[in-house]
Amino acid sequence: MTLLAAEGLNKRFGGVQAAKDVSFALDAGEMLAIIGPNGAGKSTTFNMVGGQLRPDSGRVSLAGQDITGLPPREVCRMGVGRTFQVAQTFLSFTVIGNVQMALIAHHGQTRKLLPDAMAMHRDAALALLDRVGMAAQAERPVGELAYGDVKRVELAIALAAAPRLLLMDEPTAGMAPAERSALMALVAGIARGERIGVLFTEHDMDAVFAHADRILVLVRGEIIARGRPEEVRADAEVQRVYLGHSGTRAATRARRAAHG
Amino acid sequence: MMARFTLSRRALGAAALATMARPAFAQGAGGTIRIGELNSYSRMAAFAVPYRNAMQQAQDAVNAAGGVMGGRRIEFVFRDDGATPGDAVRVAEELLTRENVTFLAGTFLSNVGLAVADFANQRRRLFLATEPLTDALTMAQGNRYTWRLRPSTYMQTRMLVEAIRGRNVRRWAIVAPNYEYGQSAAANFKRLLPQAIPGAEIVAEQFPALGRVDAGATVGALGQARPDGIFNVLFGADLTAFVREGNTRGLFERRTVVSLLTGEPEYLIPLGEETPEGWIVTGYPWDQVTGMPTHQAFVDAYRGRFNDTPRKGSLLGYVTVQVIASLLNKANSLDNERLIDALADLRSDTVVGPVVMRGLDHQGTMGTWVGETTLRGRQGTMRNSRYADGADYMFPEEEVRAARRSA
Amino acid sequence: MEWDFLLVQALSGLASASSLFVIASGLTIVFGVTRIVNFAHGSFYMLGAYIAVTIVPWLLEFDRSPWLFFVGVLASALAVGVLGVVMEVTLLRRIYRVPELFQLLATFGVVLIVQDLVLLVWGPVDITGPRAPGLRHGIFIFDQRFPAYELFLIFVGPAVLGLLWLLMHRTRFGVLIRAATQDREMVGALGVNQAMLFTGTLFLGAALAGLGGALQIPRVSANPQMDLSIIAEAFVVTVIGGMGSVPGAFLAALLIGQLQAFGVLVFPKITLVLVFLLMAVVLVIKPWGLLGKPEAAAGRAVLPEGIIDPRPLDRASQGLILVALAAVLALPLLDAYAVKVGTEVLILALAAFSLNFLVGNGGIVSFGHAAYFGLGAYGAGLLVTKAGLPMEPALLAAPLVAAAFAALFGFFVVRLSGIYLAMLTLAFAQIAYAVVFQWVEVTGGDNGLVGVWPSRWAASRETYHYLVAACCVLAIVALRRVVHAPFGATLRAARDSVQRADAIGVDVRTHRWLGFTLAGGAAGLAGGLYAFSKGSIDPTLLGIPMSVDFLSMLLLGGIQSVLGPIAGAAVFHAVKDFFMPLTDHWRLFLGLSIIGMVLVFPRGLAGAWAGLRRRPA
Repeated sequence: MTLLAAEGLNKRFGGVQAAKDVSFALDAGEMLAIIGPNGAGKSTTFNMVGGQLRPDSGRVSLAGQDITGLPPREVCRMGVGRTFQVAQTFLSFTVIGNVQMALIAHHGQTRKLLPDAMAMHRDAALALLDRVGMAAQAERPVGELAYGDVKRVELAIALAAAPRLLLMDEPTAGMAPAERSALMALVAGIARGERIGVLFTEHDMDAVFAHADRILVLVRGEIIARGRPEEVRADAEVQRVYLGHSGTRAATRARRAAHG
Repeated sequence: MMARFTLSRRALGAAALATMARPAFAQGAGGTIRIGELNSYSRMAAFAVPYRNAMQQAQDAVNAAGGVMGGRRIEFVFRDDGATPGDAVRVAEELLTRENVTFLAGTFLSNVGLAVADFANQRRRLFLATEPLTDALTMAQGNRYTWRLRPSTYMQTRMLVEAIRGRNVRRWAIVAPNYEYGQSAAANFKRLLPQAIPGAEIVAEQFPALGRVDAGATVGALGQARPDGIFNVLFGADLTAFVREGNTRGLFERRTVVSLLTGEPEYLIPLGEETPEGWIVTGYPWDQVTGMPTHQAFVDAYRGRFNDTPRKGSLLGYVTVQVIASLLNKANSLDNERLIDALADLRSDTVVGPVVMRGLDHQGTMGTWVGETTLRGRQGTMRNSRYADGADYMFPEEEVRAARRSA
Repeated sequence: MEWDFLLVQALSGLASASSLFVIASGLTIVFGVTRIVNFAHGSFYMLGAYIAVTIVPWLLEFDRSPWLFFVGVLASALAVGVLGVVMEVTLLRRIYRVPELFQLLATFGVVLIVQDLVLLVWGPVDITGPRAPGLRHGIFIFDQRFPAYELFLIFVGPAVLGLLWLLMHRTRFGVLIRAATQDREMVGALGVNQAMLFTGTLFLGAALAGLGGALQIPRVSANPQMDLSIIAEAFVVTVIGGMGSVPGAFLAALLIGQLQAFGVLVFPKITLVLVFLLMAVVLVIKPWGLLGKPEAAAGRAVLPEGIIDPRPLDRASQGLILVALAAVLALPLLDAYAVKVGTEVLILALAAFSLNFLVGNGGIVSFGHAAYFGLGAYGAGLLVTKAGLPMEPALLAAPLVAAAFAALFGFFVVRLSGIYLAMLTLAFAQIAYAVVFQWVEVTGGDNGLVGVWPSRWAASRETYHYLVAACCVLAIVALRRVVHAPFGATLRAARDSVQRADAIGVDVRTHRWLGFTLAGGAAGLAGGLYAFSKGSIDPTLLGIPMSVDFLSMLLLGGIQSVLGPIAGAAVFHAVKDFFMPLTDHWRLFLGLSIIGMVLVFPRGLAGAWAGLRRRPA
């Protein structure tokens, strides 16, 4: 069934139409990528879904429930986890502390005044870290980690809320190529294994064509193409305005890799 | 003028000892009598330093003349009160417990004076307030242990109102700093004015923040009310700004101006050649004092020792020590209860003549001078001044009884 | 009212606005580039006035010409600019890398030092400077006389604005200032000589303050209180305009000048609070001031200034705490006065600790924490003196009253962030101060209320000391517990990343609001205990100096540590108590001590302690 549905989203900033009549749907366990050149409206669309921006018009619903314009914390409570383009973690906390904090928030315990926060949900936090391959570094301050590892921790934080939907804004930005595919494989595995829907934006075409089930192409706020990777790759319009030569090559390469 | 950098050796020694526990040393029968004196020496240095100078001068004079109580020396222990009630109460505690002073004297700001007064009441020690002017100190919040020497806001306002009695000046404007002293001076003026000038009315009031007068706006607002007379309570830097602005804008022309404290050297010296002509003020024309036989000797000794002219603070400091000396002689005891009893209606001969500490409200009858401001050369001074004996301007007795009933 | 009077009143307002702008423009430029909240700006203003009343009369001895007067004024401004450079090179340059709040503390130390140096050099008597030759007279504007000098001042503000605009847009130095104001890291990355830029900025800022002071000498006398009387107003102008925005400061100064000029006609007693009311209103409506921009989010993740990952105490720290507790209990064996000081240290420690709960743990910098301390004191004091209640219920009420006000003010405060949040806390504190100050019938006005003494059983110094010790230690232990608990961790998390906290489902504002209320309540308990230790309450308990004292204690102790502020309170109070009886110039020594500690222990005493422990034996 449809997990996330965006219908007719519009957003203007001053004279710029950042999103124009954007509609799409996403099923549980599906990975949907939004791609497009810089300034195409990817982040705007993304933030309208995540609650950071309120659309001028249009509607966002999650599993049939209207979440349009809800603040991020409400969206989170509806079952949406989120990662950011520049990883957002709690820098003064340890790795496991970050995840514990997310679990405390998920269980609605943030106003408790007496228990020791760092003794709560340790096992669950360790289990989450284990899933993203960070259990061994649980006690390190998150500020000391390599950036790729920070991104993994961020994923664990997002998973702590047991989300139905993950929103990932450029999940591999700032990472080394080897780390990128590993992270995307990890995300894809978790999404498919646990039937979590993933909406992500990405600059790295290799990652997109390797892991997305479907792709939306956004240019100047409008969706110009949508479909499975090979359909998008084949789309003449997309090739002309966006993918260009290098994009086509990446798509081909990705398909070969996927088919082994 | 260079302020002297003071770091008393004795205080340094005391502080060095402070880390150790020290047994209280009793004051031997023939030993020095120590009196704790706290004041805003740092914040209000322009007043407090000349005050302390004169106290030291008087202390030395008393000791040179054989001391008190048959040969005992007196010694003042000076402390900065931090200019806040919180600091002052701690300093008072230090004076009583560490310095073993017999009783307390001093303070400048009214809120500090009141806090120390209540502290003295709690500890059952005498507190001789010197500079705080608030009426509350001897009236509504008066207590057995607190006494004041200097004429209060009420007394000084009344002196000024008497000076304009019967004049045909009906429309009055008031300008006062926005705190207790200013507010209560304004209230006293409003209360006393109708008795002195029947039919007089207040047409404008301005209360600029203390130390932050917006002189242009204030002068404009006062002038707009077209008063015949102005009652001013501003002092210090606010006064200078107000006078300059008023002079330039002609606010004081053809108007009677009555002004509290402006004739005191503390405030006339900074005014310099801006000193307005003909304001009716309270003050201290130290070079024009007549009819006080010992006053000139005080002035000469002060000038000789400190190479400076005396201020109102100097006079107050000197008289304070004289009153304390006569108190100790009369009580002939350091027991605070007996000191209090001796203070009631104690009459002391001082450089301003006899001063009585009225037992009814614990207020001294020390007076002040009333006269007019004038410019002599490039310096402000007073003319036509006369000494207004505080005894003639005290609160009416029945009013005191009503106010102090709770005390 | 006649319109010619209104015109002249408006001109008076313009003249004040002009003076205010000159001063505030320097403050806003310095903040924009260095991000330092420069408390010493008022000191530069005062120095400008003192230098001018010294050299201008000397110049006028040669020739009483207007030109020499203005040469003297400009020379004073330049001299103050040089003093600004001295401060930058000798002090600020050493501390750009320490947390921003420490820089603020250091500049506060400079304020104390300059106050006493001015007394030493120029003496305590106000010095009235000469009027400007050729501008002594009044000019008739219809029926009203208006000072020629003020007419001249009206043009100084726009002239300075114009010159600053030229400087900012037509010189390399100015372009760099603008660039640094927008993005400090970028300028560093571009290979600009940051030291030179900062030195130049401090020169410009101090010179503008000095110019502001020097221009005032024909109006006000140079006096030792003028630094603090101007600094609050200059901050208000800067904040209302938007920190870093010179045109914003101009706009704000105009607004304040006119409000002041016409406000006194309607509410003569509003002078105390007018500017702070305006600031509160502006910040509630426009969270970054009139022309300010939101703080650019840091491009990279930086470790926050504050408590990092609180852990259980190690052996040595436990030992230290035991020693401290033993000292608290043993004080009455020493001497009576030590008990008194010890009692006060305990109370101040609780206040500083509660402030660190906000600052160190929550990243919520409050410049007005004394408000809650004072309101607690008033809550308790009024119950005793007006309602006749004994100490025990009054002490219970103190934290409740303070928490109620903290909840009220905090509701607006937590909507802002950074320096604007801090300034809104200051504004609310000043509004509370003004109400307490002016509501004479209830609060006793600035005289305050006396007779707030403990119940009979606790009346002795020693018993009260133990009562205070019990209350404060319990409160501190409880607050420390909260720091470690999910609520404290959530505040820390929100401090580290609001975005992340939001995305995991935390309602950041509500949590901050609750935290603000809790800290206010704890400060209120401290205030109540303080009132009973002094026997009186008065508005200074809510004043800016008290808030600054709390911040100083906290910073001296170290905001990274949970327990550091307690040590900070002890040291700060002990240093003050040590120097006060020694000399009239205790502020000089206090200031030097503060700067010394900032330089030697840039992470506070707790940081030094941690460093000591890490060093191999």
